[in-house]
Amino acid sequence: MLLKVASASLISRKLTVTLTTLAIAVSVFVMLGVEHIRSEARQSFSKTVSGVDLIIGARTGPVNLLLYSVFHIGSASNNISWHSYQTLAKHPLVSWHIPLSLGDSHKGYRVLGTSKNYFKYFKYGQKQSLTFAQGQAFDHDFDAVIGAEIADKLGYQLNDEIKISHGVAAISFHHHDNKPFKITGILKATGTPVDQTVHVNLQAIENIHQDTPDTDSSHHDSHDHANDIKVTPDFITAFMVGLKSKAATFVVQQQVNNFSDEALLAIIPGVALTELWQMMNTVEKTLALISALVVIASLLGMITLLLASMKERMHEIAVLRAIGAHASFIFLLIELEALLITSLGILLGIILLNGTLLASQSWISSHYGLFIDANIFDTTLLTYSAGILMVAAFLALAPALLAYRHSRQIT
Amino acid sequence: MKTVLDLEKLNYTWPGSRIPTLSIPHWQIKQGEHIFLYGASGSGKSTLLKLLAGILLPQQGQIRILGTDITSLSARARDRFRASHIGFIFQQFNLLPYLSVEANIKLATHFGHQARQSQSNNIKNLLRQLALESSILPKQASQLSVGQQQRVAVARALINRPQIIIADEPTSALDSDSRDNFIQLLFDNASTNQSSIIFVSHDKSLAGHFDQHLSMNELNRLENSHAA
Repeated sequence: MLLKVASASLISRKLTVTLTTLAIAVSVFVMLGVEHIRSEARQSFSKTVSGVDLIIGARTGPVNLLLYSVFHIGSASNNISWHSYQTLAKHPLVSWHIPLSLGDSHKGYRVLGTSKNYFKYFKYGQKQSLTFAQGQAFDHDFDAVIGAEIADKLGYQLNDEIKISHGVAAISFHHHDNKPFKITGILKATGTPVDQTVHVNLQAIENIHQDTPDTDSSHHDSHDHANDIKVTPDFITAFMVGLKSKAATFVVQQQVNNFSDEALLAIIPGVALTELWQMMNTVEKTLALISALVVIASLLGMITLLLASMKERMHEIAVLRAIGAHASFIFLLIELEALLITSLGILLGIILLNGTLLASQSWISSHYGLFIDANIFDTTLLTYSAGILMVAAFLALAPALLAYRHSRQIT
Repeated sequence: MKTVLDLEKLNYTWPGSRIPTLSIPHWQIKQGEHIFLYGASGSGKSTLLKLLAGILLPQQGQIRILGTDITSLSARARDRFRASHIGFIFQQFNLLPYLSVEANIKLATHFGHQARQSQSNNIKNLLRQLALESSILPKQASQLSVGQQQRVAVARALINRPQIIIADEPTSALDSDSRDNFIQLLFDNASTNQSSIIFVSHDKSLAGHFDQHLSMNELNRLENSHAA
């Protein structure tokens, strides 16, 4: 009966109640959205790289190195010399190594120059290796392996030819027009930046930057493929290393950091990630605080609505009392109305957030390399909803107690 | 005849006020009596009605209704007692505007803890006796005319078959033709349950309908009992 009266009362005030509900929905959208993207971003970040013991690049901040080498966010301020790479690659404790060379793009997607080791040793998520949906790793200089999303978005198939531009903007004025790459492999989706990367042979990157094929660079052993001109690059952006023993990680890291030929930095991915989270912590807390305040503001709006209507509801209270309603019925009626509006707002906010995430998922992933799951239903959601309802119930004490006191002593 | 209401040495002072609002040494009402209570505004009529209904509690004295001293009941028990034994009709705004006519009447049966069975029959019978179509049941109370609203209020006041009906200026919003009509309908329906009626009004032209007249001045601080 209480629920029937409360809902009828709200329906009779459609306009104000709808607006208040919308305000709560938007605030819930903000709060849950911030929380969801925060936790998803963490998850997305931490599953991007696994099984790599050290990442080595030019001396810069650890977070910066991590961001450009793994997440392809921002760009390297400095490269490292091929010589240093070769020297460290021969380190007795190094089991495997993957060179990384960034700086080019194809239609806004990053191009990564690397070696076949990438497909052999690079791991993501729970130590999963990259697997091919179609085709295989590159064999020749002008072969390319593309990520799942590129294949999907641009509709590429095996043996399609693509062109690579210098720089990383979607529209580049400097195309390496004369040298198309042939797609030899398409990777399965990983939910990491790999999906948005064009992988080519490291030598190819070097080659397309040569103005003439005939250079004075040190030619290595001749190759049977006519198009391949074997040049070793002078520089690479960074490289990943797997060690023979985990226990050696800190020793090797120390040695790299003290490398005398060149200023280098070796980072342990997990440690750098932790550092990144610490940097983000303040931002996250600020955002959480702001979103909590937005929710409270919207709840205060609802309380204002309930308080403002209290004067015109005095008759209603008198009638309810006269037909035998206990004062607690009046109290509960107001509380229930507040909770109904809040629940409706939360529900609407959740639907809004879910819809928005579904709609913008691919946009977020292609622009920020973040893979945000549109599924927001977890225990955090329940905790937050329960928390919001509790705050609403607490704030609604003001109008509810006013109505209660009035009904105890009708004037 | 049975005594339905028995006031003894009643004193009520509004909180914060030093002068007592009401002081009634003795007042009795018997079953089936129709009492016309008149008095200027501020004479304590509304306070008296709230005391009788158990919404307010006197500082002193007893209010016995059907043999029960309602001042000794708990707040919750008083509310339940009111729901089942007293029917209230206000001057206006008797109904919750956002509920249907049916829901308004059923709300009273809910608080009166009446069995669900035969409710709908009772409601329809009552409406017929009050010259209301049963087609108004699903209508929102706010869509009814004032006259219809007041008659629905009577239906609601009677649905729990109360022994006492308290009507606080129920006709002041009606035109003079409907007033007499309204009072007649109220009497006819109250007689089925032999309910007593306390009818408060400042419109003395209505007094002719009642067998007992009482002014607030007489009642308030009255030394001797007033009984017919």
